[in-house]
Amino acid sequence: MDRSAKIKFPIAEEELMYSGHTACPGCGAALALKYVLKGLGPRTIIVIPPSCVGVIGAGFPLSSLNIPVLRIPFESTAITASGIRAALDVMGKEDINVLAWAGDGGTFDIGLQALSGSAERNDDIIYVCYDNEGYMNTGIQRSSSTPAGAWTTTTPAPHVKDTPKKDIVRIMAAHNIPYIATASIGYPADLIKKVKKAKKIKGTKFILIFSPCPTGWRYSPDLTISIAKLATETGIFPLYEIEDEEKYILSSKKTEKPLRDYFALQGRFRNLSEENFQSLEKRVKKEREYLKRMAG
Amino acid sequence: MKEVISANQAVSYAVLAAKAQVIAAYPITPQSSIVEMLSGFCARGALNAKFINVESEHSAMAACMSASVAGARTFTATSSQGLALMHEVLHYASGLRLPIVMANVNRALASPFNLKADLTDSLSQRDTGWMQFYCESGQEAFDTIIQAYRIAERILLPVMVNMEGFILSHTYEIVDIPEQKDVDLFLPPCPPRECLDIDNPSMFGSTTDYYINFRYKMHQDMERAKAVCEEIGADFKKIFGRDYGLASSYLCEDADLILVTAGTIAGTCRVVADRARDRGLKVGVLRIRMARPFPGKQICEYLKTAKKIAVIDRDFSPGCGGIFAQEVKAALQGSASHTPVYEFIAGLGGKDVTDKDIEKIIEQTRNTPNPGDSTWIGLLK
Repeated sequence: MDRSAKIKFPIAEEELMYSGHTACPGCGAALALKYVLKGLGPRTIIVIPPSCVGVIGAGFPLSSLNIPVLRIPFESTAITASGIRAALDVMGKEDINVLAWAGDGGTFDIGLQALSGSAERNDDIIYVCYDNEGYMNTGIQRSSSTPAGAWTTTTPAPHVKDTPKKDIVRIMAAHNIPYIATASIGYPADLIKKVKKAKKIKGTKFILIFSPCPTGWRYSPDLTISIAKLATETGIFPLYEIEDEEKYILSSKKTEKPLRDYFALQGRFRNLSEENFQSLEKRVKKEREYLKRMAG
Repeated sequence: MKEVISANQAVSYAVLAAKAQVIAAYPITPQSSIVEMLSGFCARGALNAKFINVESEHSAMAACMSASVAGARTFTATSSQGLALMHEVLHYASGLRLPIVMANVNRALASPFNLKADLTDSLSQRDTGWMQFYCESGQEAFDTIIQAYRIAERILLPVMVNMEGFILSHTYEIVDIPEQKDVDLFLPPCPPRECLDIDNPSMFGSTTDYYINFRYKMHQDMERAKAVCEEIGADFKKIFGRDYGLASSYLCEDADLILVTAGTIAGTCRVVADRARDRGLKVGVLRIRMARPFPGKQICEYLKTAKKIAVIDRDFSPGCGGIFAQEVKAALQGSASHTPVYEFIAGLGGKDVTDKDIEKIIEQTRNTPNPGDSTWIGLLK
């Protein structure tokens, strides 16, 4: 029976990421990659720096991805995508998507300079940052995406991180690129819709995907989706898009759930002080107002 | 067509003639005029290439790396600190077996700051798996860039073409720029690479226990590159009439004392050798053109008549000595020769190495029974 004749699937059935990859159970990053590839389709080349996904992809001579993969230096995700784009363009292969894929360490920290370069030149690439708020591949160290109050192996309890998460989206917005979006593995249809939109736009596209990490965030692997949804429902990870440099489009999802519900599920926030909590709550509120203002 | 141009301009014309397809570069003195000229060629459409104005040398090499994997003929140019910043990606480029060609305009490394010639920048990259050439003239810079693409695309390893900052990069001299059809005859288009093939996807550069095998293959191909360079050099001579070899010797056949050096110091050495011959001293000059792979056997062959060898290094490995001197000594160790090697460090940071300096080097080598520590020439009072 042809199932597609009866049910309308919003998500492509074709898999470009196969089972047999080496992600931990409940890995948010694996879902993020699976969904992004469903959105982009098989005419895609991906560059991957050192990261969990570099390892998840599997070692020589295996690959869990059914697209060409190039493993690249940590700080060069955006520029290596730009280099492939340049080569494809000059050789007349313009219909291939070039996907730059990095974690928050590779994006917020070590890869920021090259990312800024590609964005300033508006190179025609799709840059996806899967955000799990720390260096999970090297053993859960702090990145500049780690939120205040979180434990990591380099912000050991009780001396948890005391500065807020870097606002990478505002940094990218300051580059005036044609498309920016935040997305979450908790909402696959929305995520894929954004990827498909980005695919049609020429220039630098930046998508930040919220990708919970059971190993690093200290929660049971079956909670990955719940935590991803809670992050958006509490407003700590709002979903929105910025089109044509200034058009802010906010998700219609409600963001009013109590923030404590989100923190309570994760061991990494066990040492969150009341003072830290208050300041985080204030920050979430401020961000919500800022986005509303920007969306007009 | 003969033109009076600088070596930097010669390099730019060579890249134009080689029809590079992706150029990514970042400015640095004394290299900048190479990429300024190339960006002009691209903007005017004289060269059908994509020029990427990157934000750092690290990104310049990363862009060349990925564009080369995708199958484009690539080029970049740099110097000194820029080359040092590229270090990590140099290993990636050779490990991925990419035929990237890069011009490096040799300049001293900080600190302290010095913009002038010194070969330590490129020699400190000698373990990165790049082939390395050292040029003596603008003509040789042009010719070596053209040859470098043929060699790189045959061996599948990247090539670094080095020339000394200002002394060569900014010196204007006659350069014969060949007809495009002759260059096309010598250098066919970049062979297609099927690495990032959408229809046959694979993963490149991933984790492997075969690492040692990949390195062994690189070693074998580096060794093979010496004969390939000679073969391509002979092919070049057939079309263009010029031949450089892996090293170029001057009056070495019957020499008692051979001066060994790289780059522009060799020209002065030859003048001094002529003068020494007038006085009845059998002095020869050997200029090392290829430093990686190091043509040890060929060099020992040139040096076989010498009773004494004096190596003049415009480079320096702290705690060890002149870098070419160590390479020459290592090569001689593998031969039957026990010829003493005298080490001279000269011209660091662009200091002139004069005919008087070289005469002093000859005198000291002749009059000292055993080579001791390296002798430093041209220290300021």
